Amino acid sequence: MLCDQCKERDAVVHLTQIVESAVTQLHLCEKCAAERGVETTIATPKHPLGDFLKAVQQQAMVPAAESTRCAACGMTLKDFRATGRLGCSRCYSAFEVSLRELLRRVHGSAQHAGRSYSGPQPAPWQRANSVRELNDRLKRAIEQEMFEEAATLRDQLRGMA
Amino acid sequence: MTLDLSLLPDGGVGWLDGSGESPDIVLSTRVRLARNVEGFAFTTRARDGERLRVLAQVREAAALTPALREAVTVRVDELGETDRLLLHERHLVSKELAGLDAQHPLRSGAAVLVGRDISVMVNEEDHLRLQALVAGFAPERAWDAALALDRELGTKVPFSFDTEFGFLTACPTNTGTGMRASVLIHLPGLVLTKEISKVLAGLQQMGLTYRGLYGEGSDVVGNFFQISNQTTLGRSEEELLDHLTRVVRHVVEREAEARRVLLRDAGYIIEDKVWRAFATLRHARMLSFDEAMNLLSGVRLAVGLKLITGLSVYTLNKLLIFSQPAHLERLEGRSLSESDGLQARARYLRQVLAAEAPQAG
Repeated sequence: MLCDQCKERDAVVHLTQIVESAVTQLHLCEKCAAERGVETTIATPKHPLGDFLKAVQQQAMVPAAESTRCAACGMTLKDFRATGRLGCSRCYSAFEVSLRELLRRVHGSAQHAGRSYSGPQPAPWQRANSVRELNDRLKRAIEQEMFEEAATLRDQLRGMA
Repeated sequence: MTLDLSLLPDGGVGWLDGSGESPDIVLSTRVRLARNVEGFAFTTRARDGERLRVLAQVREAAALTPALREAVTVRVDELGETDRLLLHERHLVSKELAGLDAQHPLRSGAAVLVGRDISVMVNEEDHLRLQALVAGFAPERAWDAALALDRELGTKVPFSFDTEFGFLTACPTNTGTGMRASVLIHLPGLVLTKEISKVLAGLQQMGLTYRGLYGEGSDVVGNFFQISNQTTLGRSEEELLDHLTRVVRHVVEREAEARRVLLRDAGYIIEDKVWRAFATLRHARMLSFDEAMNLLSGVRLAVGLKLITGLSVYTLNKLLIFSQPAHLERLEGRSLSESDGLQARARYLRQVLAAEAPQAG
């Protein structure tokens, strides 16, 4: 029997729908069934190699995410999960994806809607200024993938702390 | 180093004065803002030197900050345990900053700047915890004071801020506004009428949370609750405050209603209970802190219902703070064993009530 929808592949899913007491029968192939959102046990082909690759991928991904390290303070996502406290302000960009999800769960939103802040203005504080400037240069260096310069700047910033 | 409390503006307890809206129900209103100084690791990950630099930078900035002109800096890390406990009992520092929490030993650079109605904890979980603490139910006044402090300090010290996530804090539960607004509220009516669990469950559904007298992790004693906003991100400071104000006002009405019901349906029982509480406070020879809290709660209810007159809300507030262990040790000028402490508390309560409420009746 051919699929009612694509009329190309063999129908393997037989769907009985009851809409306002009218009974309709639909015969679909795996692909069309999946497109209609019908979940079948055979929808994902059981290729042993595919399962194996998926498992390996997952294994590789979990420790990778857990060991993501903040370049500024050295904290890992695993450390954060253990203590519940972040190491520095840069952790927010290092763990951005996980944190956004967490913030959404905790607060129902991850977008700040409160007071805005633009830093010391005017800035009479020489030290604060140079930290900001170094930070900006560090950001630019990372964006331009100039990692050696970034490392030097990072060390300078650490030296000031 | 010993702490000289007389140097602190208002002794750091101006909020006890019993002024403001609904002072017999709402003792105080607090707004705190969590801020971190850019360029340093957060407190728990910072090295000793970094925390000291944070403190130095804040002190330098504070000297030029009008809101902190009168403020006194107390190096918590240089105080003995009793003095640190004393500051904690006055609600000037958290248990964590005072190094009284087993999980968080005392850190170098731990300090508090105490001004009139405002204070700044330095090297708490976040580098800075800016706080405004005022008497009675006064969220706007507390917010104005905290905001002024935040604005002034923020032009001198660079705060960690991100346009998407807002103010960046060590714990993601504070990210965004970094604001926790809370009221210390006395709800004996709702407890006695057993309405309290419904009210507390309602708070949680409305995005608010409650804690005991000393905030996070503390037990509820003497029918005192701290109600505060649960979330800090996704809504503006004004929206969060507005919401808290409306809900607390509703809770205050529910409490007043519960008191009316109690008086109407069980007036003689209530009258007997509160007079027994008052008599115990006036004559007992040994009192634990929890027992004293519960008795003071009864007397406070009686003063609110005008069953007992000639006793001020200020005296009641003072007794609440000054009958705590470190305050009694300070008063007696010596460390107290457990039974000495019980006796010292009873003696102190008797003396104050005899002096400040001789005509109470």
